[in-house]
Amino acid sequence: MLAYLIRRAMQAAVAVLVMAVLVFLGVYAVGDPVDILISPEADLAEIEEARRRLGLDRPLIEQFGIFLANALRGDLGRSFVHNEPALRLILERLPATLELAVAAMAIAILLGIPLGMLAGLRHDRPSGKAIMAGSILGFSLPNFWQGLMLIMLFAVILGWLPAGGRGETVPLFGVEVSFLTLNGLQHLLLPAVNLAIFKTALVIRLTRAGTREVMLQDYVKFARAKGLSERRVVLVHMLKNILIPVVTVLGLEFGSVVAFAVVTETVFAWPGMGKLLIDSILNLDRPVVVAYLMLIVLVFILVNFLVDVLYTLLDPRVRLAERHG
Amino acid sequence: MTAVLEIRGLRTWFETRRGTVKAVDGVDLTVRAGEVVGLVGESGSGKSVTGFSVLGLVDPPGRIVEGSIRLLGEELVGASPDRLRQLRGARMAMIFQDPMMTLNPVLRIDTQMMEAVRAHAVVSRREARERCLEALRRVGIPAPEERLRAYPHQLSGGMRQRVAIAIALLHRPPLVIADEPTTALDVTIQAQILYEIQELCAASGTALLWISHDLAVVSAIADRIAVMYAGRIVEEGPSEALLTRPHHPYTQGLLDSVPSRHRRGTRLRSIPGNAPPPLALPEGCAFRPRCARASRRCLREPELRATGAGRRVRCFHPLPDAAPVSA
Repeated sequence: MLAYLIRRAMQAAVAVLVMAVLVFLGVYAVGDPVDILISPEADLAEIEEARRRLGLDRPLIEQFGIFLANALRGDLGRSFVHNEPALRLILERLPATLELAVAAMAIAILLGIPLGMLAGLRHDRPSGKAIMAGSILGFSLPNFWQGLMLIMLFAVILGWLPAGGRGETVPLFGVEVSFLTLNGLQHLLLPAVNLAIFKTALVIRLTRAGTREVMLQDYVKFARAKGLSERRVVLVHMLKNILIPVVTVLGLEFGSVVAFAVVTETVFAWPGMGKLLIDSILNLDRPVVVAYLMLIVLVFILVNFLVDVLYTLLDPRVRLAERHG
Repeated sequence: MTAVLEIRGLRTWFETRRGTVKAVDGVDLTVRAGEVVGLVGESGSGKSVTGFSVLGLVDPPGRIVEGSIRLLGEELVGASPDRLRQLRGARMAMIFQDPMMTLNPVLRIDTQMMEAVRAHAVVSRREARERCLEALRRVGIPAPEERLRAYPHQLSGGMRQRVAIAIALLHRPPLVIADEPTTALDVTIQAQILYEIQELCAASGTALLWISHDLAVVSAIADRIAVMYAGRIVEEGPSEALLTRPHHPYTQGLLDSVPSRHRRGTRLRSIPGNAPPPLALPEGCAFRPRCARASRRCLREPELRATGAGRRVRCFHPLPDAAPVSA
């Protein structure tokens, strides 16, 4: 177990380093932030002064070295625009995005797995086919359009839910959350559903495929031959086997939901990290973009690790120490 | 002796896009209390489907289209799903072919055994556990407490099959259907398992329907043998008589292709041709295209008719009773 953890940590370090190089080069290639930060009327001396102050006059390799050294101390630089530590700026927005992502994943799991199992068990009946047809819509309609339609229907026409914003928040363990107030919940619902639609469709398809595979296995037949109730056969014998691949994909999807909730956050004016990222890219606010991407790398690594741990809980044949992945 | 299992005119068909596969097409079979009946046939002959039909576990698109299956006098065809569930595991049990696939890989042995106990008996967890331990001891599993806490992948194939047998015998069902339970095992383990199932069934008076493609295995265990070909029983009779004096040319063919110590040095003879494709069974006798004795008469379907001494054969040109096993 310890050897596994160490190997895992080393892999993570390499991944972070490679990502740092790529991100730094990529952001460097996008453009010179001074062009945007300094007013067009500024003279050459002022521009040079700004470049020097931001450290942009030094060679790229030196800039990277400074960045890396600071990063190891937990300092990912100050935002050019807000003049605040980039990391703090991002972490302030993180809870809003996390809350949205967790809500969306919860919806996707709670809807997707039962519907997927139903579609698998009744694959030749109208109900099963209807679920699959619905999931195709979830896949193929553009996410932003789905969001706009949700706002049209529930906010504009029916007037049941607010169209945007985060609503009332209350602190929970020092973090502001929406889901504990009615108003906050109302604000959370539409963006969460919007973010969940694609994931739900994905979970339905995965679960259905797993169900159809598992339902033909001998151990399911044997479970029935023991005289178990259909309920127990489906909810214990089948579900536990179906969950193994689903958990893997869901883990990765959770990472991507946190990282790329941008569209939904923009459509619903949700004050999360995605909105900050878009603004920072537009302003060429390098430290924020770099810090954001580094944080996302960490999120993915962490989620992957959790998935592996979860895997061992679900599948007794997998032992952490034996895996090379 | 009373009949534990009585199958009459059973037809289990699979409606596929390319046509109807008549996997079981008019099977009559009786298994009496304490009796071991061997159901023999090549793969695809319908012997496994016959077994699953009894348990009501035929996978769709297969379904029983006709016939009657009586378990201790109770009609199973058309019985409610819940009634069938009550009977499965309690009155009739099945042992499957591949022990690597029959136990759920993600559940511990105790979970899988105790749920089987509690599906048919209202008992406490402790009592259920006791019964599992006893069942494991009965099938000769060493250190049963430890095995109960194991996952299937931590046990060998023979051990897993013993667990499956223990589960099947938990409620001492009057009928056990064994679907080639030794095929996937090593030869030495095969003999052990064979012996154990036989012993356990004999001790509790359980009727055993042993499905196999292996005449050698069946001849070692069965009181009576029924030979299946293309969804029908072509010959049936007491093991001894059927094995020494087969009446159906197909049975003769099967016997000729079994290696034997008594015929060392002679070439084995295989049956010419292949089993007919299930979607295009030949008209009349399905064995006709591979049969040396076939005539124009065989274009009609022969009836299964009695030939004395508890024997029945489905053939217009049966082998004479005095014919030796191999010429």
